[in-house]
Amino acid sequence: MDFNALGACFTTPACVVTQATSGLIVGMLLFLVAAGLTLIFGVLKIVNFAHGTFYMLGGYVAYSAYAETDSYALAVLAGAVAMALFGVLFERVLMSRVYGSNVLMQLLVCYAVVLIFDDIVKIVWGPEFRAMGMPAAFQVPPLFIAGGVVPPFYAVLIGIAALIAIVLSLGLSRTRLGKTVRAAAVNPQMVSALGVNTTVLFAIVFAIGGGLAGLAGALAGPVRSLSPGMGFSILIEGFIVTVIGGMGSIAGAMVAALVIGLVRGFGTIGFPGFTDGLIYIVMIGILVLRPQGLFGRPL
Amino acid sequence: MLILLLAIPILHRSPAFEDFIIRLSAMALFATSLNLLVGTTGMVSFGHGMFYGFGAYAFGLTMQLTELSLPVAALFAVALTTIAALVVGAICVRLSTDYFAFITLAVQMLFFSVIVSWQSLTGGDQGLRGGIPRRHIFGFDLGSQLHLYQFCAIVAVLGLLALRHVSMSPFGNTLRMIRDNAERAGFVGIILWRARLLAFTIAGGFAGMGGVLAALFVSGAYPELADWPNSGQAIFAVMLGGINSFLGPVLGATILLAMNDLVQRFTEYHGLVLGVVILAFALGLRRGVLDFIHLVWSKRAR
Repeated sequence: MDFNALGACFTTPACVVTQATSGLIVGMLLFLVAAGLTLIFGVLKIVNFAHGTFYMLGGYVAYSAYAETDSYALAVLAGAVAMALFGVLFERVLMSRVYGSNVLMQLLVCYAVVLIFDDIVKIVWGPEFRAMGMPAAFQVPPLFIAGGVVPPFYAVLIGIAALIAIVLSLGLSRTRLGKTVRAAAVNPQMVSALGVNTTVLFAIVFAIGGGLAGLAGALAGPVRSLSPGMGFSILIEGFIVTVIGGMGSIAGAMVAALVIGLVRGFGTIGFPGFTDGLIYIVMIGILVLRPQGLFGRPL
Repeated sequence: MLILLLAIPILHRSPAFEDFIIRLSAMALFATSLNLLVGTTGMVSFGHGMFYGFGAYAFGLTMQLTELSLPVAALFAVALTTIAALVVGAICVRLSTDYFAFITLAVQMLFFSVIVSWQSLTGGDQGLRGGIPRRHIFGFDLGSQLHLYQFCAIVAVLGLLALRHVSMSPFGNTLRMIRDNAERAGFVGIILWRARLLAFTIAGGFAGMGGVLAALFVSGAYPELADWPNSGQAIFAVMLGGINSFLGPVLGATILLAMNDLVQRFTEYHGLVLGVVILAFALGLRRGVLDFIHLVWSKRAR
């Protein structure tokens, strides 16, 4: 623990900007992952343990697409679309068979998918770490804000994630589909009785959730390296964000993702080596004080 | 059963088999104690591996840092784990199902990161090395594999009997009632959180006992013992064997360990094979093996 370093950081604007930026990056990626998780939980009441796998596969698909086409935009699109399709497939072929049975069976199906795809990634892309590299368009001098270094790619990343957050929340509150999704989250039988095809609706929700995770994986490509098994750490953090925010709440996921991101950003200064522990402490603390999460409905 | 187990090496010595039983005793205790929560009480804990790891580290550290004899150190480690389970349980048991699962996972991950970052005490991600002095106790020389095998088998069988006793007792029935209808259990005067906390504490203690055996086997303790895949394995063992049969988790642990050993011999892609087996099992049987047998039997009887 190094409170002096933390204190020193808070008094220097450059350090605050740098750490806040890295925190925001983490937070925004986490939000994209957690938004899908929380959406799937909200509508289907399923805890999707395979969500980290979507993220990992999204990253790898983008990696390959980038190597083929040399266009980062196409690569990101490929990662997101591929995972949206994968989400539908996963829901139709596997998850739909265990709806209504023991929750643990759903968990097992997801666990199996995690194990299978970690190995498939090893077979297809090899067990070693892969780095996508920064796209040429972003290999430009960094911005300086109050003396802090902000690479342009980071700014773009934060912008994209913020845009998605806005589109998502507007889509949920304004569009017909969004309203149906919200209604289904409250009472799926009633929505089904009103003539909405819930089978299609569930598939759409998984497509959106999978697509968001794939997008996050693809966007993370240039800043994080790819490795088999990388899905799990993001999954745990995604869960922490979902749980802290209140399961099923998009706004909660946003706030919680930023909290976790900033705790990570500044935690590396004050508590090097124990940043992970810090996050679990935050989660335990919030759950003890507010068991349903920050924005969750009362239990 | 115990006599049979102890008699096998007299008839035929097989180090691979003895080795298997030693690991199985640790795993069986771990899985069965978890089932006291999952199957009996209906509380799905994702963080049970914490107590397995806690038992292993508590035992390993006690043996390395103090002069206590092995049985005393083992009892001390189990007692410490039980206290830890009481403290963790006090935080966790008031939360409802999904949140309970996540907070137990979070506490376990916190424990895991403490182990990894507290290098001076635990050796960090290298694990607790330097070995555990395997002293003689009650005429057992734990340095010899045969004696270690006998010791672990006896401890595991005694532990399982004790757990069975808990599960069959009136208290076990209370837990089943809470699982089936918590509201009604509350109405007849059961203090829910207290019963749940007691179950959590007992389960934690027995998981710690499994951890002690694991530490004896590897002569040390590793962070992996307290990591999430270990909790996942235990949940899978419970599910594979059957949550509604007392011996289900033991059978599940046996199948799982045997499968791991077998698969590792043929391919490095052991997750791929395990995953496919899990899928086939979850989509096909939809319940544990022993539960499935029970179901088929009771249908035939009708």
